[in-house]
Amino acid sequence: MKTLVWVEHDGKAVKDATLAVVTAASQLGEVHLLVAGQGVDGVAAEAAKIAGVGKVHVADDASLAHALAENAAPLIVELMGHHDAVLFPATSNGKNIAPRVAALLDVMQISDILSVESADTFTRPIYAGNAIATVQTKDAKLVITVRGTAFEKAATSGGSGTIEKVAATGDKGVSTYVGSEIAKSERPELTSAKIIVSGGRALQNSENFHTIIEPLADKLGAGVGASRAAVDAGYVPNDYQVGQTGKIVAPEVYIAIGISGAIQHLAGMKDSKTIIAINKDEDAPIFQVADIGLVGDLFKIVPELTSKL
Amino acid sequence: MKVLVAVKRVLDYNVKPRVKADGTGVDLANVKMSMNPFDEIAVEEAIRLKDKGVTEIVVVSIGEQKAQETLRTALAMGADRAILVVSEEKVEPLGVAKLLAKIVEEESPALIILGKQAIDDDNNQTGQMLAGLLGAGQATFASKVELTSDSVTVTREVDGGSETEKLTLPAVITTDLRLNEPRYASLPNIMKAKSKPMAQKTPADYGVDVSPRLTTLKVVEPAKRVAGVKVADVDELVAKLKAMGVAK
Repeated sequence: MKTLVWVEHDGKAVKDATLAVVTAASQLGEVHLLVAGQGVDGVAAEAAKIAGVGKVHVADDASLAHALAENAAPLIVELMGHHDAVLFPATSNGKNIAPRVAALLDVMQISDILSVESADTFTRPIYAGNAIATVQTKDAKLVITVRGTAFEKAATSGGSGTIEKVAATGDKGVSTYVGSEIAKSERPELTSAKIIVSGGRALQNSENFHTIIEPLADKLGAGVGASRAAVDAGYVPNDYQVGQTGKIVAPEVYIAIGISGAIQHLAGMKDSKTIIAINKDEDAPIFQVADIGLVGDLFKIVPELTSKL
Repeated sequence: MKVLVAVKRVLDYNVKPRVKADGTGVDLANVKMSMNPFDEIAVEEAIRLKDKGVTEIVVVSIGEQKAQETLRTALAMGADRAILVVSEEKVEPLGVAKLLAKIVEEESPALIILGKQAIDDDNNQTGQMLAGLLGAGQATFASKVELTSDSVTVTREVDGGSETEKLTLPAVITTDLRLNEPRYASLPNIMKAKSKPMAQKTPADYGVDVSPRLTTLKVVEPAKRVAGVKVADVDELVAKLKAMGVAK
């Protein structure tokens, strides 16, 4: 089977989310990549080095600069003339573009796969991860999004893909990019961080996030996350949110501080390797999934922990 | 200006899903069903646009006969009329998008608003598929919508922040959680909704083949995590972290 992988990038570098998709695709067959954007020669060169990659298709055009689904989908449909499957990371770009491609190909997409069982059978979470479905497709072509935390990341070196330019399919003229506000942070991104320190509503305000959570995160070189309750209360911006409706993460270590452990939060972090919970309520549901728990007042415990590390 | 909103009847947000013992799916017998929360936000947004030139809201559901309750809820919130496409068999997002595309052809709305995903199958596909079939612009995961007579500007929640796009009409929008807080229908409005028009159709009326492409082979509960140990104090936690190699 010949697969095509959508390369997630920021115009300068390949994003980590791509690497898990390469692994998923390699379980189906030959892996080709698509780098779409404007001024992406550097990204393409980097992508070609990913282990196990064959051809790297590069579409460099102003109409693709902001990954608008209206302009990207027809290009992918054209490339699907000689590929059997297209796989996207389940990022906001992937989730935005993939179904449009599927509709144009008259294919029922398989979203957020957790495993490849065979060439036509996959597992995927339903009901916010409260159930896992095994689904088999009858479609001749596959359109898939991949949950990044469910697959190992492919190595970023050792590959020798051949770069091949492809023509963009132009601007559909129905949508225009106006602008974006992307939070800048020195800390690792949540979806690729090895350690995450997350805070909940018990932090009480945004000031406490800065003075309690962030020093611990910086000491550990960790990313900073939050529960939906903390985000809704306005303590931190919404891109901090870990959970069913936020980011799905699976770091080596997840430290949940003042987070009770609502189902919606657990859905976003329960695949973490080690979960550490600090909470004053010893009956909090978070302790039912935590490998290590410490019951007590976070305002005393966390500063002490930070100072002793 | 007409707006079309699509809604789905799903297991209530507050009910914990239980996997059936025979592994065929999630048990939906005798449990509370409600409108998909993201769809409630879609209905609410359409109602709020009534001050901005929207004159009629048509709400559509594709599903079993009981989905008319969900449509009545949308009518009680403030939608004007409803279309129920009855299918006792589950219809996949691709089939739903094809049916909605036919309805859009008939109704010619300027804007189509859907929830970003249904909280049962978590597919996150229908809006994008519909936009693709219509050749229309799409703005997924909307957190802000500004409508003018010939375009709509939408702020979207994306990885790491937000992004703004401008679409020409007709356009498809899918809603994210922070777009608005849906209203509760008042009792007088619930009474009034009972006399609002609801048309009943079938997929065959639209000439759409909705036979499924995917077969669910089995549904199981996810692997459970077991609770670990509780440590007594910070020193013990630090020792554990050091043993794991997380701290030096």
